[in-house]
Amino acid sequence: MRILYFLLRKEFLQIFRNKLILRMIFIMPVLQLIILPNAANYEVKNITLSVVDHDHSEYSKKLINKFTSSGYFKLANISDSYEKALEIVEKDVADLIVEIPSGFERDLIRENETKLMIAANAISGQTAGLAVSYSNSIVREFNNEVRVEWIQLPRINQQPTIEITNSNWFNPRMNYKYFIVPGVLALLVTLVGYILTSLNIVKEKESGTIEQLNVTPIKKYQFILGKLIPFWILGLVVLSLGFLVSFIIYGIFPEGSFLLGYLFAAIYLIAILGFGLFTSTFAETQQQAMFIAYFFMMIFVLLGGLFAPIENMPDWARYLTYINPVSYLIEVMRMLVLKGSGFWDLLNHFIVVIVFAVVFNGLAILNYKKTT
Amino acid sequence: MKQLLTFIKKEFRHILRDTRSLLVLLGLPIVQLLIFGFAITNEVRNTSIAILDNSKDEVTQNIITKIESSQYFDIDRTISTSDQIEKAFKTGKIKVAIVFQQNFQEELLHLNKAQVQILADATDPNQATTLTNYLSSILMDYQTELNQQNKLPFTINTEMRMLYNPQLKGAYTSVPGVMGMILLLISTMMTSIAIVKEKEFGTMEILLVSPMKPWLVVLSKVIPYFIISMINVASILILSVLVLELPIQGSLLLLIGITTLYLLCALSLGILISTVTNSQLAAMLISLLGLMLPVVMLSGYAFPIANMPTVLQIISNIVPAKWYIIMVKGVMIKGVGIAGIWKESLVILGMTFFFLLVSVKRFKVRL
Repeated sequence: MRILYFLLRKEFLQIFRNKLILRMIFIMPVLQLIILPNAANYEVKNITLSVVDHDHSEYSKKLINKFTSSGYFKLANISDSYEKALEIVEKDVADLIVEIPSGFERDLIRENETKLMIAANAISGQTAGLAVSYSNSIVREFNNEVRVEWIQLPRINQQPTIEITNSNWFNPRMNYKYFIVPGVLALLVTLVGYILTSLNIVKEKESGTIEQLNVTPIKKYQFILGKLIPFWILGLVVLSLGFLVSFIIYGIFPEGSFLLGYLFAAIYLIAILGFGLFTSTFAETQQQAMFIAYFFMMIFVLLGGLFAPIENMPDWARYLTYINPVSYLIEVMRMLVLKGSGFWDLLNHFIVVIVFAVVFNGLAILNYKKTT
Repeated sequence: MKQLLTFIKKEFRHILRDTRSLLVLLGLPIVQLLIFGFAITNEVRNTSIAILDNSKDEVTQNIITKIESSQYFDIDRTISTSDQIEKAFKTGKIKVAIVFQQNFQEELLHLNKAQVQILADATDPNQATTLTNYLSSILMDYQTELNQQNKLPFTINTEMRMLYNPQLKGAYTSVPGVMGMILLLISTMMTSIAIVKEKEFGTMEILLVSPMKPWLVVLSKVIPYFIISMINVASILILSVLVLELPIQGSLLLLIGITTLYLLCALSLGILISTVTNSQLAAMLISLLGLMLPVVMLSGYAFPIANMPTVLQIISNIVPAKWYIIMVKGVMIKGVGIAGIWKESLVILGMTFFFLLVSVKRFKVRL
């Protein structure tokens, strides 16, 4: 016990000696948590529109008006040919082209049928999909209005219609912040913990101080514990700051048990720090440790389910996310904040993260060799 | 010149000696591009759906078959009551559910109206919207089929075109995004660490007292990493064309040109970081913790910039990856020439000069 105490004291002295790093550890995550979640917004508004109106009729004007007043579209440009509109899209000025052919109104009334052309910039398939489905519903609405104008009311509903109502659970106002803030916090805590630990032991190797530790009667597990505990405490401080920011700035408070979330994150931290220490015992130089850390962080972060839903991934990538600790933390944070899940809903997640913690720290202890 | 070559050789020896790092440096972009090119997609597929069929008639059966065969959804057949649906939502077992009213067929065919409800897990609002849209369009398709016999008067037939990416492949957004991210992060990290490392060990002093000019010392450190980055660019481009089947519409030369410019920008950012830090840990914290999330989230890769609040749109301008991604999309996918991207290249060039200028100011010949 005394040995551990001295190890901890040494580690804390080293941490507090470097004020620059200490400041970075606390300020960067807080700053990023305040700024970045505001960027996350998939809600497609203000899709830029380029209109090609060959008809110049009352109906064509009405239709254009319907587009611009819907709130989804913003008129960016009026072109006189489809080719010119395409150039506008190429320059990124507009993302959707609506081309109304000449005779649009005449054909609609006389021939009972008319054409309309819509083209979307589909580099981002998702935005294009939404833009197209919004424009479809606008056209459908416009079409119905025309019918009402020309047909007596009772005749309209002669067709069977499926009425669709929809409701959004857990987040009825579709607030993206609730979804993104817990995720960003999870990522930041992971980054801080993992970077600090992955460089730590290897630094002692590089500067040769590890030999001095090796010749002392410190046991392997004591050594790893002595490294684990200080960073665990630092991580918890960053986590608490993060919770504070989410509450003060975004008004997010876990609907489920707050303590449950804290407990989960605390165990998670042990796991991720263990992974960092394992990386550190494995690497020969700090540089190497950094590149390895970069590799895993990039994959953990992007496959964590924050930026792209895990359900959409192909099977092999979905299996990869099972061994990605980050995806568990993000999911648990979300379940707590949005769904108010209880302990029994989270039991599986708890078991998995405890297994991670045991395995990673075990590997770190095994891989740390007291001989060089 | 000969001295510079000797220094570059020394740097290369350092790099080649450490095979593990080299493996990571050259292998990592390839692995990442493949993972993200295939895995990071917002295309809906195999999403678990629960169906609560209170009617169990021919029409609902037909609709269910349609949903099943769409490959967007996997029907979870263990769920058959509304209590179970609620529980399945809570544990995350399903993302969306559809509820048919009682006597669906009867009311649809005789009263011309029947109700169906779509419930979506809006924890991820974006996904919820997309799933609801997909389901609605399946239902609408069915309705159109049903109504095919008696055609409605006054119909507008809309023809839809998807420009540049007719199959709506995810790679069209992920490849430019991943290029912007990987190249920036890895080049910045490599240079900043290589220089700071010498500072930490005290060997920088030895280099500085050599007859080489200080800026040549720095240059000799940057060149090897520039070459490694160019190899990475080549492997990324080859993979994205051959494996991800993303054609290069514009000029390859122009693409390589802007990428070189972007690499120079990233390398000078690395130099800048190395002048303001003294330890590898600090350099790593800035170049990984400080850059990773801002680059992912503000570059337009993960979230469209047009939807951000004005303040963030302004902040996003200082992220080099944003400009590079615009250029790559322009050249690779839209096939525009230099005329379409000169503004963005000027911005990157300006940033590069800015980073270098600040580094020169902060560079201390004496440690």
